[in-house]
Amino acid sequence: MKRVSLVLMLAFAAPLAAQPAGAQTLKAIKDRGQLSCGVSQGLPGFSAPDDKGNWTGLDVDICRALAAEIFDDPTKIKFVPLSAKDRFTALQSGEIDVLSRNTTWTLSRDTALGANFTGVTYYDGQGFMVKKSLKVNSALELSNASVCVQTGTTTEQNLADYFKSNNMKYEVIAFGTNDEAVKAYESGRCDVFTDDVSGLYADRLKLSNPADHVVLPEVISKEPLGPMVRHGDDQWFDIVKWTLFAMIDAEELGVTQKNVDDMAKSDKPELKRAFGTDGNLGEQLGLTKDWFSRIIKTVGNYGESYERNVGAGSKLQIARGLNQLWNKGGIQYAPPIR
Amino acid sequence: MSTVSRSPPPQVALRLKRALGGRAGWGGFVLQILFVLILVWIGYEIFVNARSNLENQRITSGFGFLNNTAGFDVSQSLIPYSGSDTYARVLLVGLLNTILVSVIGIIFATLIGFIVALGRLSPNWLMSRVAGGYVELIRNLPVLFQMLFWYLAVLAALPGPRQSVSLFGAFFLNNRGLIIPRPIGQAGLAPFMVALLVAIVASIIVHYYARRQLFEKGKAIKVWPIALGLLIGLPLLTTLVFGAPFTVEIPKLKGFNFAGGVRVIPELVALAVALSTYTAAFIAEIIRAGILAVHKGQMEAGLSLGLGRGSVLRLIVIPQAMRVILPPLTSQYLNLTKNSSLAVAIGYPDLVSVFAGTTLSQTGQAIEIIAITMGVYLVLSLLTSAIMNFYNWRLSQGFGT
Repeated sequence: MKRVSLVLMLAFAAPLAAQPAGAQTLKAIKDRGQLSCGVSQGLPGFSAPDDKGNWTGLDVDICRALAAEIFDDPTKIKFVPLSAKDRFTALQSGEIDVLSRNTTWTLSRDTALGANFTGVTYYDGQGFMVKKSLKVNSALELSNASVCVQTGTTTEQNLADYFKSNNMKYEVIAFGTNDEAVKAYESGRCDVFTDDVSGLYADRLKLSNPADHVVLPEVISKEPLGPMVRHGDDQWFDIVKWTLFAMIDAEELGVTQKNVDDMAKSDKPELKRAFGTDGNLGEQLGLTKDWFSRIIKTVGNYGESYERNVGAGSKLQIARGLNQLWNKGGIQYAPPIR
Repeated sequence: MSTVSRSPPPQVALRLKRALGGRAGWGGFVLQILFVLILVWIGYEIFVNARSNLENQRITSGFGFLNNTAGFDVSQSLIPYSGSDTYARVLLVGLLNTILVSVIGIIFATLIGFIVALGRLSPNWLMSRVAGGYVELIRNLPVLFQMLFWYLAVLAALPGPRQSVSLFGAFFLNNRGLIIPRPIGQAGLAPFMVALLVAIVASIIVHYYARRQLFEKGKAIKVWPIALGLLIGLPLLTTLVFGAPFTVEIPKLKGFNFAGGVRVIPELVALAVALSTYTAAFIAEIIRAGILAVHKGQMEAGLSLGLGRGSVLRLIVIPQAMRVILPPLTSQYLNLTKNSSLAVAIGYPDLVSVFAGTTLSQTGQAIEIIAITMGVYLVLSLLTSAIMNFYNWRLSQGFGT
């Protein structure tokens, strides 16, 4: 019972680990010698181990960037795979420093859980996947369907809301992990599998014959996914927040993994500020002056990370869509590094 | 304890001293009080510590969330439930589902266990080997693995709803479960139920009357024709007078699934099968041990009286074996109930799945929810123990007289 042990940690040990005395988390990570990063139990494109056991993905890149900023070594990370229902308790209890696990930003999670979201790594929405043989073209034709879902996510409530507001009946079968839900869907227990659309594309790859399944066009909810940190340590909150912003700003400024060394010598004032040749913005965060180039050298800018993990350079082939930069038709926008 | 209240006062003090202080007398008594105080203090510190912690991190605490709207649906509910009900109702729905699968599991585990135990004790070589093989195979495999096996094996074998296996056009079997016609109560239902109740009570009375006649006057009365007559005749009579007690609603294929009728979901079946076959392997060994603990002279004595093997087993061996069987059997019942918490792996909406799973992640109140869940399991287990202890007590009373 992982959950019970986490709860016990929360009740007894947390006072030592997480007193809200300010700059504790960064110091604790440095003392420990590695970053503890909460990830999924395997969602291709976001956080999944490859065939050599290395974790990769859009969510993993945030942790790699953090480790690069702190240690100048993106391998100094302990990845903690968490199920949807264990993730918040793991963060609350201090088991992990940051939760970067395709988690939807909602009001109640921002408040009652005692945690803060640091930004949006991926604008997602909930969708449905069905077998092509059912000849369903729209989610509105799903009345009376059986739906498989992973428990402990926002999807269960969205599902209830959607079917209720469209006056359709349905049956929900909730499983403890994503893999169990996908397996039950594949075995025919459910007509429909529902998850965030990005997750549907990722899970479709796990099916024995992906071409037999289709993702329906309807997106029934807003699911802004992002990393999460505990309340009470504003410095750490800022570091995680600005790590993502730096990646997005880098794309906007045209800084890539390849040209990062050339760009560092640029005379442009905004680049000089980012690279720390002018001012000490990195030190204000509690990091080093070269924090920006460390991030880009490790994971590239946001666009590069996107394409490598979920976009054209990956098996998922998900178009940028909403996740394109704000000046290119999307809504990814980061405050300036200044 | 009743002897304490009857004894004179000085002895009460003496007994108290002995019970609390042991051999050390009043010194030991003081030590025990100190020990309890320390325990209470530690508990209090933990409580205060946890609460200040939660406050520091501004994590919501308290039990107010139970009155909030749940907003999610559950695939099986024994009481009316919809997404607009509260988390407190979710707790109840999950609890009832846990109790349902536990009760079904306990009944079948006992039946299968008993049959396997008799099989293993049977002089028939083949039967005893098959029963022995069952026990060794089942009890040495992890129960979660068996649940997944039953679930995925059952699902893979069954057709989709549009290709259902149909019986008389009213019973349907597919990978959505077993769908049977639903009885809908009519005007004749109340008298029908009353008649049935009267018939059951009357049959029990006849049974005791016949027993008494047998013991006191040596007169053997055949009970079953009378009972059968009562049980069928009385309800039939009311049906003729008041009309049919219920009509049936035949399930029909509508869209993806069947509408109407009652549906037994495959998760329930898989879970009940896995739990009962798994626990049955342990129960079989307990029953076998209990029967072997009865001296074989008892069997021989019974046989020499001219009773058949079955009668000896039923009247002489099993009642004596029960005293050995009951305590470990209780543990197995408790294990079965607790193992049902693995249900979430196969999507059965038990207490852990809907309350300690979905509700926890929606509200984030881990400490409260885990505490409630553990409390509920504790109460369930204590209740089961109490029932079994009562049965054990009655059994030992029976031996006393």
